[in-house]
Amino acid sequence: MSNNDSKTGRFGIHGGQYIPETLMNAVIELEEAYNHYKNDPEFNRELTELLNEYGGRPSRLYYAEKMTKDLGGAKIYLKREDLNHTGAHKINNVLGQALLAKKMGKTRLIAETGAGQHGVATATAAALMGMECVVFMGEEDTKRQALNVYRMRLLGAEVIPVTTGTATLKDAVSEAMREWTKRIDDTHYCLGSVMGPHPFPTIVRDFQAVISKEIKEQILEKEGRLPDAVLACVGGGSNAIGTFYNFINDKDVRLIGCEAAGRGVDTYETAATVATGKLGIFHGMKSYFCQDEYGQIAPVYSISAGLDYPGIGPEHAYLHDIGRAEYVPVTDEEAVCAFEYLAKTEGIIPAIESAHAVAHALKIAPEMDKDKIIVITISGRGDKDCAAIARYRGEDINE
Amino acid sequence: MSNIKKAFENKKAFIPFITCGDPDLETTAKIVREAVANGASLVELGIPFSDPTAEGPVIQGANLRALNGGVTTDKVFDLVRDLRKDVTVPMVFMTYANVVFSYGSDRFFKTCSEVGIDGIILPDLPFEEKEEFLNDCHKYGVDLISLIAPTSKDRIAMIAKEAEGFIYLVSSLGVTGTRTEINTDLESIVKIIRENSTVPCAIGFGISTPEQAKKMASVSDGAIVGSAIIKIMEKYGKESPKYVGEYVKTMVDAI
Repeated sequence: MSNNDSKTGRFGIHGGQYIPETLMNAVIELEEAYNHYKNDPEFNRELTELLNEYGGRPSRLYYAEKMTKDLGGAKIYLKREDLNHTGAHKINNVLGQALLAKKMGKTRLIAETGAGQHGVATATAAALMGMECVVFMGEEDTKRQALNVYRMRLLGAEVIPVTTGTATLKDAVSEAMREWTKRIDDTHYCLGSVMGPHPFPTIVRDFQAVISKEIKEQILEKEGRLPDAVLACVGGGSNAIGTFYNFINDKDVRLIGCEAAGRGVDTYETAATVATGKLGIFHGMKSYFCQDEYGQIAPVYSISAGLDYPGIGPEHAYLHDIGRAEYVPVTDEEAVCAFEYLAKTEGIIPAIESAHAVAHALKIAPEMDKDKIIVITISGRGDKDCAAIARYRGEDINE
Repeated sequence: MSNIKKAFENKKAFIPFITCGDPDLETTAKIVREAVANGASLVELGIPFSDPTAEGPVIQGANLRALNGGVTTDKVFDLVRDLRKDVTVPMVFMTYANVVFSYGSDRFFKTCSEVGIDGIILPDLPFEEKEEFLNDCHKYGVDLISLIAPTSKDRIAMIAKEAEGFIYLVSSLGVTGTRTEINTDLESIVKIIRENSTVPCAIGFGISTPEQAKKMASVSDGAIVGSAIIKIMEKYGKESPKYVGEYVKTMVDAI
């Protein structure tokens, strides 16, 4: 168990509630509702039914035999969150929050999105539950992820392109926060990652912890023992905390988070927060952020819209501080090679975000003994990325 | 006694907000002097931040222009040093927690005290997190100004009891920016504030016209105006000090 003080929302020194007074009662109300419903059998029954019957859980733990043989080292399993309804792990959190919001009497969901996966998941849950939905998305990302913009609109959501700042994920978060301060009574801010003010990092983690709960059960059934390492990509860090959470107390399981290094951690075009950031306060939390010497938030870059964020969730910052988890940078080029590799080797096209975790596995698996086991979470599927990767490789295709 | 109280002695306070370095720091200095010459009783100086989450588009734009012009926290301190040669009204900073945190809390408030800053407003530092900076504020005699919002409800008394400098009462939901109407029941909020605090209370967010300023100041101790002034700065650039001065005079006369 990480040092989670649920009263103040701290993970070691990280976390907290650095938000405008206007929102304080809203997050207090959310925390109270969550503390009530998380132990409510009826709520949990409804959520489990939604996750299983609608979301398609449990997701498969697939033995990547060809990849394992090709790399010649550790045995590799893929946790297939890409097979979930809407094509990513984001649905786990969204179904939980949407159900919670509905119980709280909210009729409108707002969300930020980077790659569009969280926006699509939120729009999906809103359609299912008959709620209004508004998604904020950086204008830059609406271009990179045009297909997801169409999906959200098809699902009945309004997509608002954000033109401020770098017009990417951080600006979408800022704009969603601004919108929430304008309209609180009927609106729940369905935050998509383990970030922002308390209680969001805890709520989102709890809803994503199903990933590691299942990995544990599945690997024990298949292998009779725990894995030696679990890998996941990290932007804000929701699929990573979901992958790590139930292994935190199993000290022999290495927890490896793969950050987006963009064009490299020695360039300014990077989003690798642990590698290049420092301690700060932003978007409601104390954590590590890419920033300049005066605390101005850096305009980060990654080929992956979902990892293109200048911060990391507070629980990850804490796991880094205490040395429980490792955070490694992976460049655009490495991620694109891994994207292509997994497609050709296993017939699985991962999201470019998830490809960052695959890329690190390509580095470490060959160095490990054959009796070792690693699990890579494939947080989403890569259909949405095909046009952008083709462009990266110099090929222009129509979406 | 807090220097800030002087701004409210025997009068309603008019408090202009000015983003430092929009369009440049020389113009900011002129704007502040014009505002004071025309009756501003306290000046709120914004240290620009890259991602001002409590601001509407107008002040966001000012932050961006200032940062693109190369303004830094150190240059803002230099500006205040220069202003203090002749400006005697209280001056407070408005910025975001990360600007203070990254500078180093002790170093930041020590420098505030040296250059003559009387208080600080941090919109992303609610009551629950004020311990982050409160000790350093007190160590160097800088008032940490509390905000109270229309949604504060049961929190009003708690915040008011520990308030210092002045209380910044947020007039409406949402972010900064001019509004045609303000519908919050501010009288009731001010009543609870008065029952729990002797610190003056000024209302901000959404105020642009003399009529609005008069109404807000009549239910409280003063009116804070930001976006309406930034719009003048955006329109007139380096020529704006004169126009800001004229605007401030209209507002001061109204309240």
